[in-house]
Amino acid sequence: MNPIEILSEKETGLGWHPKRVLLILLMLSSTMIFASLTSGFIVRRDEGNWREFDLPLILGFNTVVIALSSIALQWAYASAKKDEIGRVKIGLALTLGLGLVFLVGQWLCWGALVDGRTFFGGMDANVSGSFVYVLMGMHAFHLLAGLIFLAVVLRRAFNYQVHSRALLSIGNASILWHFLGALWLYLYLFLLLNH
Amino acid sequence: MSDMSAKPNLSAAIQAAGGIGTAPVPHTEHGDHAHDEHEHHDQHWLWKYVFSQDHKTIARQYLITGMFWAIIGGTLSSLFRLQLGWPEGTMEWLTPVLGKWIEGGKLNPEFYLALVTMHGTIMVFFVLTAGLSGTFSNFLIPLQVGARDMASGFMNMLSYWFFFLSSLIMFASLFLETGPASAGWTIYPPLSALPQAIPGSGMGMTMWLVSMVFFIVSQLLGGVNYVTTVINLRTRGMSMSKLPLTIWAFFLTAVLGILSFPVLFSAALLLVFDRSFGTSFFLSDIYIAGQALPNQGGSPVLFQHLFWFLGHPEVYIVIMPAMGMVSEILATNARKPIFGYRAMIGSLMGISLLSFVVWAHHMFVTGMNPFLGSVFMFLTLIIAVPSGVKVFNWIATLWRGNIRFTTAMLFSIGFVSLFISGGLTGIILGNATLDIQMHNTYFVVAHFHLVMGSSAFFGLFAGVYHWFPKMFGRMMDEKLGYVHFWLTFAGVYLVFLPMHYVGIAGFPRRYYAWTGFDGFSQFADLNKFISMAAIIAFLGQFIFIFNFFYSIFRGRRATQNPWNSNTLEWTTPIMPGHGNWPGEIPAVYRWPYDYSKPGSEADFIPQNVPYSQTQSSNLPYEQELAD
Repeated sequence: MNPIEILSEKETGLGWHPKRVLLILLMLSSTMIFASLTSGFIVRRDEGNWREFDLPLILGFNTVVIALSSIALQWAYASAKKDEIGRVKIGLALTLGLGLVFLVGQWLCWGALVDGRTFFGGMDANVSGSFVYVLMGMHAFHLLAGLIFLAVVLRRAFNYQVHSRALLSIGNASILWHFLGALWLYLYLFLLLNH
Repeated sequence: MSDMSAKPNLSAAIQAAGGIGTAPVPHTEHGDHAHDEHEHHDQHWLWKYVFSQDHKTIARQYLITGMFWAIIGGTLSSLFRLQLGWPEGTMEWLTPVLGKWIEGGKLNPEFYLALVTMHGTIMVFFVLTAGLSGTFSNFLIPLQVGARDMASGFMNMLSYWFFFLSSLIMFASLFLETGPASAGWTIYPPLSALPQAIPGSGMGMTMWLVSMVFFIVSQLLGGVNYVTTVINLRTRGMSMSKLPLTIWAFFLTAVLGILSFPVLFSAALLLVFDRSFGTSFFLSDIYIAGQALPNQGGSPVLFQHLFWFLGHPEVYIVIMPAMGMVSEILATNARKPIFGYRAMIGSLMGISLLSFVVWAHHMFVTGMNPFLGSVFMFLTLIIAVPSGVKVFNWIATLWRGNIRFTTAMLFSIGFVSLFISGGLTGIILGNATLDIQMHNTYFVVAHFHLVMGSSAFFGLFAGVYHWFPKMFGRMMDEKLGYVHFWLTFAGVYLVFLPMHYVGIAGFPRRYYAWTGFDGFSQFADLNKFISMAAIIAFLGQFIFIFNFFYSIFRGRRATQNPWNSNTLEWTTPIMPGHGNWPGEIPAVYRWPYDYSKPGSEADFIPQNVPYSQTQSSNLPYEQELAD
């Protein structure tokens, strides 16, 4: 945001802060990546030569973890609204930790997939398996960006820059994080229904 | 500039802490705050001209990089036109430039494919996407909506430097020993996926993909900024229904980019995995030199679906900014309101929407279900409706106008002409049955070079001639501009009209030479003619390059509003500084097309003139607003 811009002199627009609009547009772009990959998945599956695969059980656990992290972040946001800074820090740290647990869980899931002879590439691989790795990998890559964002907000919370009159950063972080959670839920359900 | 720092609180940096809707806090500690003071000191030249966050500088960077790429792209096309026009001739004299690509006086056939591939890639992406909307969206959006700068200057700067990085990689790939990417600008696998198939699919293709990934990042960073700026930073009174058509076009172009470039990213990513990580998304049942490849189960048609889901909106990303600028320039120089302002916006929206549901018309011959083909054909032909609305409105704007033939105006009229000529053949190619006959012939080449290639170039030229005074504070030379226009206009038609003819005769595109086919030898003269016209038209562009650089330093000094135009950019100083307006940003009271309004003294009323000052020309409902 350009510091010399004076927002009160502007047309109202959507009523969102420019940084929030930027974030939402970038999320729209990400959505298109996953929409294209999952439609590619379906188009490709319908052409045959498609090996069925089993999803490791750990994915269910991971899904619970990321859902909990969203709840923790929502709690942090609510606390920021009430100026309870201590809880904001705990909530953010909890979200960050659960996010990391989720990533580790996804990594373990890849190990389990390999053990079940579902490979990304090589002679024994099938496109179905390759797609699972690409979908999970792209999501994990996005999640890393989310974690960095959360870490920045946590740092701001320690500098007393997150409170009831400074909700933009934590608000944006929670929009992104809930989006990533919902995205995972979509991918998980998609893989459950289409494996 | 210093008086801006005197503004009391409520600066965006402070609002950033609270967000709109929450009470602003004057004394919030904030990280961004430190920048406030920096802005007003003298900047180091490196930050002012190189890593600048000012949208006008970034626009000029985009323009000059785009011009560089256009010269490269044009040179490549001249090279392969030499081959096509004189297939028996010797190219020995090019050895100093092309080195080992000339073998025994002949152009290496695989290098010919690299030439057409790079020509397409460079022109579509680097010139007509980055060079066109990168330049004018950056330059005009803040100036015409009344903003100090883009929503995020930093992301805007990143956008340019990602483009620069992408440019460097693509440029370097031209000098690889195995040659640059050679699988066509559409990089269909399996050709693009297998280095064994063609040398260009080795390192050249890898660099192409890496370069395009950076390009996509650049486009997304730019696009989200354009959209946010239009949504959030319009000045008081600038409602969406008072926006100049340029802004509407840039806005929708950016939306198309945000939605379609990620899909190209997906396609490129899967292709990278196929090429380097042993997956088989697009590869199956391939034998090379008698050897079966291990890849099983991939679908090359899947790549085409992903590619064209970007590829089709991409042609509108290329053409819509030109449409917007042409609308603006035609109205200004015809001294008439644009005909059907709302219909123009509606048709832009219609084109944007339709652009996402027609991609498979590029794939009629992939063996798709004929029923599906007819759906895509139907949707494709519907695009003729909004396109027709636009053409009708442009012509109606010119009708009985008080036309001033500035160079920009000539190029705008040329745009309309080319868009009609090229668009009509689109209706032919959109029919699946006709397309099966015409597919991959020069008819297709002629069609898209007229309707999106040349037209978009004409929009680009029109934009440069029209906004040059705002970019550099000087005027471009009108006489040289006329010479440039007529050479280009005649050149484009002389190149592409005969191409339709040879296309109908069945000439396939991407063929290195036709000398092996008796049926085509009768067209040798026509091909020679096309080549001569193409090379002369290309050389004509150096008149523009000379005019451009000469005028930057020696051109006639511009006045504040040289074209008597209504839009806000002409209310800024001749060379707007950082922040665009030294004082307050003007508020907007009217639409941008009050030209030759009955009852008005002047033949134009800028957007920032309130109705209360134009009692004599107000319509009844405007008079109510004035009272």
